[in-house]
Amino acid sequence: MNATALFEARGLHMRFGDRVVLENVSLAFPEGQLSGIMGPNGAGKTTCFNVLTGRYRPTRGQVLFRGQDITGLSPHRIARLGVSRSFQLLNLFNDFTAEENVLVALPGLRDHGMNMARDVMADRSLRDRAAAVLDRVGLGAKGGIPARQLPYGDRRALEIGVALAADPAVLFLDEPTSGLGADAIGRLAELVRRLKGEVTIVAIEHDMEFLFGLADTIAVIHWGQVIRHGTPDALRADPWVRNSNLGRLK
Amino acid sequence: MHGARLVTPSMLVAFAIFGTLPFWITEIGLYRYLGVEILIWCIYALGFNLLMGYAGLPSFGHGAYFGIGAYACGLAQFELWANLWFCLAAGVVAAAVFGAVVAAFISHRRGIYFALMTIAFGQMFFFIASKWTSVTNGEDGLLNIARLPVELGFWNYPIRGNADFYWFVFACFVVCVVALWRLVNSPFGKVVQAIKQNEARMAFLGYRVALYKAVAFILSCAVAGFAGALFAMAQGGAFVQVMNLQWSGVIVLMVLIGGGFVSFWGPVLGTVLYFVARDLLGAYTEAWLLWFGLMFMAVVMFKPEGLAGIGQDALRKWRGLPRAPAAGWAWLRR
Repeated sequence: MNATALFEARGLHMRFGDRVVLENVSLAFPEGQLSGIMGPNGAGKTTCFNVLTGRYRPTRGQVLFRGQDITGLSPHRIARLGVSRSFQLLNLFNDFTAEENVLVALPGLRDHGMNMARDVMADRSLRDRAAAVLDRVGLGAKGGIPARQLPYGDRRALEIGVALAADPAVLFLDEPTSGLGADAIGRLAELVRRLKGEVTIVAIEHDMEFLFGLADTIAVIHWGQVIRHGTPDALRADPWVRNSNLGRLK
Repeated sequence: MHGARLVTPSMLVAFAIFGTLPFWITEIGLYRYLGVEILIWCIYALGFNLLMGYAGLPSFGHGAYFGIGAYACGLAQFELWANLWFCLAAGVVAAAVFGAVVAAFISHRRGIYFALMTIAFGQMFFFIASKWTSVTNGEDGLLNIARLPVELGFWNYPIRGNADFYWFVFACFVVCVVALWRLVNSPFGKVVQAIKQNEARMAFLGYRVALYKAVAFILSCAVAGFAGALFAMAQGGAFVQVMNLQWSGVIVLMVLIGGGFVSFWGPVLGTVLYFVARDLLGAYTEAWLLWFGLMFMAVVMFKPEGLAGIGQDALRKWRGLPRAPAAGWAWLRR
């Protein structure tokens, strides 16, 4: 495993008041791989994402992207470097159609966001790119439907589509299967498998089967610390992981 | 789904109604100057809705920028250059500059905090305008602001009479409608609508959210300043009342009752309703504003999407489509 780390966390500490949420968390996410993060509720997984993507500034430690120190940069700066994320609680533009959701996420629109004269919907190349993103997440036929009217599974896919439309170098997925039934998880796993290899992915996940089937390496976070780190096979054999009730691992 | 046209069918309807208004308004018992007032306030309301309806930023102190535009128009006329274009530009620029200063303080806020700060700044400008009598002439107002002739180089057209002035304001309305329609369908328009729906997500998509909010605020101040400059010429003076809290509330009322959250045309419907109600109800009772207020409460309670929402529902029913989900008012909940 000598792939270079595209994204790296070094010795992250995060405290809220006197509550320590992350303690000396160091993680490296190699380019082109899917890295998983798992752990029980309240372990600090989402806080970890929030620190990595700029929502919080860590109390201590460093976040590096392509070797560049991005610790404490604001979310919009980090996003512009090519870091994109989805959210555990759906975070869509509900009044917009699926297509519009993807459109505003495209760098092609963002880079001309102050343009007040061009007609967005008449911009062929922009709309073609939006259509391509919708196709990738399996919503090709549903571009015209307002996000709030889409079924939950489609909204989950759109959540990823919005993050993907930003054309990221690294894509953070925060519990992409959250709230989905078994069938829908299967479809989502297919989607993530297709994306894998096209973009570096880091996924927080509760669903162990989902994660063990897709990830190249997995870090286990508990009480704000990385307690295990390894390939799915290595972790499968690990007595701690086997005995923990993190999920029904077959 | 196609691109937004430069001129839409609803625009043609609106232009046809306002374009023929001078020929029938006296027939229905109203008067021409009312048309001037309505169109100016329509411009003001459309600009205000860019901020409230599209960007989701409620300003309760917008009268300040309308008033600043009016004073700037008058002062430019008296002190600098009595030219129509220059005086209108002075109104726009002055309102935009004051708007920019305020935007620097408030564009990082949202929801109720944003709203409260707009009130604070609005009140501040109102009191300055009331007290700084050497510039604004205080409570008496800046009087004798002239309706300057339209100078196009090759052709000069005096607009002193209400009939001629109406055509000029109508032309301004047409330009503003076309420009604002283009704006709300532009990348910038999409971005501010997205910010209204989900500010945090936009930041994570790489947008400098505060900058977009600031620009939306400044633009809407500039439009208010433009309308204020026109209003100064319409009234022949600039008065401080329009800057007070009550008048700042009236513009919110017009836009909400018309349905600015669900339609580009909401502000226009609301403005027309307000002025027609003022004149028709006002003919019967001094307390017409009470009835208008009750009407507003009924809209808030039963149809927050306003007149435009009622219209859209009717249209959907007629076409056999399902009702639209409730929209708007989201900013009250955050």
